[in-house]
Amino acid sequence: MIISVASGKGGTGKTTVATNLAVCLSGDVQLLDCDVEEPNAHLFLRPAIQHVETVTASVPLVDLDKCTFCGNCAEICQFKAIVVLGGATVLPFHELCHSCGGCLRVCPEGAIREGARELGVIERGRRDGLEFVHGRLRVGEAMSPPLIRKVREAARPGAVTVIDAPPGTSCPVIAAMKGVDFVLLVTEPTPFGLHDLTLAVGAVRILGIPCGLVINRADMGDARVRDYAAREDLPILMEIPFDRRIAEACSRGELLVEVMPAWKERFLALFKAIEGRLAHVRAERKAAS
Amino acid sequence: MKELVVISGKGGTGKTSLLAAFACLAKNAAICDADVDAADLHLILNPQVRQRQDFVSGHSAAIDPAKCTRCGLCRELCQWQAIDEDFVVDAIGCEGCGVCYYFCPEKAIAFPPSTCGEWFLSDTRFGPMAHARLGLAEENSGKLVTLIRQEGKKLAEVNGLGLLLTDGPPGIGCPVIASMGGASAVLIVAEPTVSGRHDMERVVQLSDFFKIPAMVCVNKFDINLDQTHAIEAYARERRVTVMGRIPFDPAFTEAMVQAQTIFEYDGIAPGARALKTIWNRLTWELGI
Repeated sequence: MIISVASGKGGTGKTTVATNLAVCLSGDVQLLDCDVEEPNAHLFLRPAIQHVETVTASVPLVDLDKCTFCGNCAEICQFKAIVVLGGATVLPFHELCHSCGGCLRVCPEGAIREGARELGVIERGRRDGLEFVHGRLRVGEAMSPPLIRKVREAARPGAVTVIDAPPGTSCPVIAAMKGVDFVLLVTEPTPFGLHDLTLAVGAVRILGIPCGLVINRADMGDARVRDYAAREDLPILMEIPFDRRIAEACSRGELLVEVMPAWKERFLALFKAIEGRLAHVRAERKAAS
Repeated sequence: MKELVVISGKGGTGKTSLLAAFACLAKNAAICDADVDAADLHLILNPQVRQRQDFVSGHSAAIDPAKCTRCGLCRELCQWQAIDEDFVVDAIGCEGCGVCYYFCPEKAIAFPPSTCGEWFLSDTRFGPMAHARLGLAEENSGKLVTLIRQEGKKLAEVNGLGLLLTDGPPGIGCPVIASMGGASAVLIVAEPTVSGRHDMERVVQLSDFFKIPAMVCVNKFDINLDQTHAIEAYARERRVTVMGRIPFDPAFTEAMVQAQTIFEYDGIAPGARALKTIWNRLTWELGI
């Protein structure tokens, strides 16, 4: 089962929820940190990293001896990542390349071969029984989705996989949510929290994935997030109050369940609630078909 | 004209609350919300939209089942597995590369431009504002960021304003890179946590990479003084100007609930006073 922990708005507590949930579960559990631009889960889990792998994207290398400057490559490229200048030279812009392979295939002279651009690294390790994998986007690299998809390849069937997703509602988040079994949306009861939650719910619904809410800093702000949840029939699966001790423990990189062991029961209850929602959704879908 | 872009690396450190407060203090600024993915600034500034435009960028493939012979070439060529067994393109998976469209032997694939969002030129109580909304699950956020910043600059120029205040996105990827290029300076809003410090370091490296002058301030500094010191020490080491500290102050959230800036809600709140000092330094650093 794959659970993505996402949020829309940043800084609502995705990583807190994802890491604490993952350490509370027993059995075959993985945590995949897919917030590759700013991965933070390792700061709380402190896993022993056993394996580091560089991830690259395929980019065109042009053999100018074979190139006739016909311009087919520049014409097929939708991303302006390869340009023919004045019929005398070809400039590939590797940082703009989306690795579609169009230029390689279209070149009539076979003058283009595959090179590589470094996207970042994937690090794998363990914290006791928990398997840990994260991606770190190279500073200066713009495209995170290919690295996120690569991190997700580590998901094993049969395991419980918890994904820490990036914030937002565009391609990186979609890469971290697409095809998962459940999305846990972490929000806060503020106008910004609510606005970004509605966007995130919209994205989750486009993907057709069941979801539920965790309200963090639940006693701050106002009641509008709860009203919205009730109106939209979104289950609130957990609430975490604002507590300066929690904020300070998180600031030091400590897990909530380490500082306040009573929370372990609540995270286990959260997992049960997710299983319950999934069973409910499956039954509903069965009845509908 | 100067442009200050507020970024953070980590989300939720207070970028938007700070930028709205700066907009309230600035007498001579246009405003731009470049966090097009999850734009929130309008919730405080309540812009009156004067002009609205579709954001058309890139293309998306669509297969005509009447012409398709199900030869399978498109599925083989698609690097994103965005074409299913029934030869239907998954609009969310489609990267818009056009390879299927180009090579389809039956010319059965259309490749129309896609509308991925919308953008607005508006008036606010603090000055003109350019803002945008990327469609859900859409691509091309970097292009929309670039576009909205250009529109923001035009607004400043047309209105004879010397400053553009830009609210940037979180992270270090495509939209953040698009929000920094050519800016006079970035102000990094850091949070004194292990995550905030880690993310601030990466965004400092990013501003170095693109050679944009960077400044940093620590929000909620009293949550963890050790981390605050560490962030400021790292900044000094990397020649990033340390602009000051803002205490944890619930008035920021209370102001947000009222759709106000902290200066409108409670001008003598500790957070407001700290921000005033930072703003004075900012105007000096930017020479405005």
